[in-house]
Amino acid sequence: MITEQVHTALQNVVGKNNVYTETADLITHSYDATQKEYLPDAVIYATTTREVSDVVKLANQHGVPIIPRGAGSGFTGGTLPIQGGIVLVLTKMNRILAIDEDNLTATVEPGVVTASLQKEVEKLGLFYPPDPASKEFCTLGGNVAECAGGPRCVKYGVTKDYILGLEVVTPTGDIIHTGGATIKNVVGYDLTRLFVGSEGTLGIITKIIIRLLPKPAAKKTMLIQFASIEGAAQAVSTVIRGKIIPTTLEFLDATTLACIRHNSALDIPEECRALLIIEVDGDADILERQAATIIQLVSELDVLHTEIAETEEQSEAIWSVRRSVSPNMRKINPDKFNEDIVVPRSKVPDMIRALEKLSAKYNVPIVNFGHAGDGNIHVNVMVDLKEPGMPETVQRVLQEIFQTTVDMEGSISGEHGIGTAKAAYLPMEIDSATRKYMQTIKKALDPLNILNPGKIFLESTI
Amino acid sequence: MTDYNELTPYKDAINQCVRCGACQAHCPVYDQARQEGAVARGKLALAKALLEESVTIDSRLEEDVSLCLMCGSCVVKCPNKVPTDKIVGAMRREISNRKGLSLTGKTVAALTGHPPLLKALVKTADVLSPVLFKKVPQTSGLRLRFPVSGHAQRTLPAVASKNLFTELPEFIQGRPDKPVVGLFAGCAITYIYPKIGVAMASLLNHLGYSVFTPRTQGCCGIPARSTGDTKLIEQLNRTNLEAFKAHEVAYIVTGCASCHSGIGETDPNSTEEQADFAGKVREIHQFLYQEGLADILAALPTTKERTRITYHDPCHLKTKGIINEPRALLQSLPNTHYEEMENSDLCCGLGGSFSAHHYAYSKAIGQRKVAGIKASEAELLATACPGCMLQLQDSINHAMLNVQTIHILELISKALALDQKWK
Repeated sequence: MITEQVHTALQNVVGKNNVYTETADLITHSYDATQKEYLPDAVIYATTTREVSDVVKLANQHGVPIIPRGAGSGFTGGTLPIQGGIVLVLTKMNRILAIDEDNLTATVEPGVVTASLQKEVEKLGLFYPPDPASKEFCTLGGNVAECAGGPRCVKYGVTKDYILGLEVVTPTGDIIHTGGATIKNVVGYDLTRLFVGSEGTLGIITKIIIRLLPKPAAKKTMLIQFASIEGAAQAVSTVIRGKIIPTTLEFLDATTLACIRHNSALDIPEECRALLIIEVDGDADILERQAATIIQLVSELDVLHTEIAETEEQSEAIWSVRRSVSPNMRKINPDKFNEDIVVPRSKVPDMIRALEKLSAKYNVPIVNFGHAGDGNIHVNVMVDLKEPGMPETVQRVLQEIFQTTVDMEGSISGEHGIGTAKAAYLPMEIDSATRKYMQTIKKALDPLNILNPGKIFLESTI
Repeated sequence: MTDYNELTPYKDAINQCVRCGACQAHCPVYDQARQEGAVARGKLALAKALLEESVTIDSRLEEDVSLCLMCGSCVVKCPNKVPTDKIVGAMRREISNRKGLSLTGKTVAALTGHPPLLKALVKTADVLSPVLFKKVPQTSGLRLRFPVSGHAQRTLPAVASKNLFTELPEFIQGRPDKPVVGLFAGCAITYIYPKIGVAMASLLNHLGYSVFTPRTQGCCGIPARSTGDTKLIEQLNRTNLEAFKAHEVAYIVTGCASCHSGIGETDPNSTEEQADFAGKVREIHQFLYQEGLADILAALPTTKERTRITYHDPCHLKTKGIINEPRALLQSLPNTHYEEMENSDLCCGLGGSFSAHHYAYSKAIGQRKVAGIKASEAELLATACPGCMLQLQDSINHAMLNVQTIHILELISKALALDQKWK
């Protein structure tokens, strides 16, 4: 509960109508895409950096937690008010402040939706590559806080590769500026990188300077069906060794294909055990050649069928296969545990085999698909939690998945972050000294632990 | 234990929401409000909380529930297809069952539940201005304001001097080998745009059908669903069921996208008779397309001078997948040039009673259409819903564009130069 005094002080800062404390308000800001629910004590919609700073200062004075929130579409609990407090929503700070065609940069507020920026810059022939699956509704502030990825990252890298500078409200309410509008900048510590992926624990991002690229002139989409996962995995290595970096290199494994086979825009025969969707982009005249090279490179590798899209409609049909995965998955079982492990590209087949074994060992369906090009596998453990003993079984399965991942020199999260969902597994990947170093930074910047408390680290190691 | 008997049948559907937030990308109201209470996910969280009794119906909850056009855009894009439009309808009925109707709800009930009153009002609107409608002469012609809802800025078209029922015989005989088709007009076509109804009857009759337009038919119930008026919804259901009983109709055809949802959908509390009725409902453009009308139009001699036209997707058609048929008909017209506009599938912003409650949002949503209309350089903006026509014309008027909204049926009927055989 926040006191009457705090409530009034908050109203003075952001205006009477922008502090929400009715039960309905608390309910509609209690969740994110993890489906967990924790009621906050108050909800504030900020419209300026100054307001954010003033609210944070107040929270410090009164020891109230602050939880920054964008679209609330995260998968790891980053915006859950697990200790109550103030949910500070930034969706109304959604202006694109500038698009600089000379310097290939854009300056935006944190509430701008990723796809809106992409649409605007593309009108000018420019390009912002990171494309998380939620790009139509997630916000850039959230993308920076979680370091979002997406299918195009194989070629273009992730969010951190496009952030030149930030305006941040620190956990004590100061307004600071990191980086700047230039590609080169070595003045002082690289604080920009510190904030990218900090999951709202080190500061609240209020302005973002983004690096843009020229928009590729054209793209070409291919679909390749394989009789074995080994064939598909080797195809990935072969293409990369062939010195071609596709824009996207998505794979669907046999369990995924079983989900979508009867509901697919394209014919996927029973003997198809793995499928790759490959897209290349660039000048139109080199794409034909690249596509032909790819098809030729993989032709000996258990290939059943290849399809190269000649029209936009055909490309759309190929991508609809990929998009049909999520809606069809729930037909297997009602509860989904969606993990986003990442292993070195060459270990993808080993990981898939290990997942198949785990699935058999615990008798739970595990559906795997994702970004083969960068080793980022979306592992979906599909269960019915109402079955007796299932919650415990799931925990054991997840534990084994993460251990296997770490053993293969992989990482337990490629793009979703840690939040509350994976905090328990963090020590599997990050040793005690490194965790201590991270938490020392957090403690120094946020001595009262009021900014998004309880995230990333389950307990204090310092 | 509170008994939410309107909402409870949707319990499983409500629990299908996985809180992914995808609805944020498709909700016209959220696009303006940028606030969680405005979007489907927020409303479903509230619906769940109501059933779990962790929240009660208070003014904040009512406000959130009022922020919905019931356009169904979120339903189509939802990975689990949660019927949020229906769930919002159920929540609004729970609210009005307990707390009575809002002022807008009462106005809607007074008008749509009482055809003679609506008829009288409309009939006298041109002469008896101060009562409900006010005549405002403006440069582009006659427009009317709608002062009850307090929105002096809204422009409305002039109402027709004769309503559809005085223009059309109740039964028009067709060819003996063709069945009888029921014509469901809806309020807007009956009183504001009767010529669309006349065009619809002529077209059906031209294709050989007998056309039955019962005088006793009422409102489709969409505005009543929008305000959550349970009693009125039931009353209108009964009225319409009874109205079409005089003839054995094979189909009940409507030229209003909203009416198509109003009379063509069922809910968990629907009776078998209602389901049977709803099963006969056909959308006129889809019906005409299936009857091969696009080919008939394409075979007409083309004119040299062509009017530039574009098309707006009514939400109630778009969300039912009726997207290509209206376009195919328009593109087959011999005297027009079709130009697809940007954002053709964005909502117009009317949304039943939403516009009366939230005219500022409604207007802002409507203004998002303007750039696309302008860039298309169309002279005529065709659509398949008289509600959209009203709202789009209002947006066009505010943007000072020289564009006229028109119903597809008017264009088709003109191209075919149909005579009204009954006259």
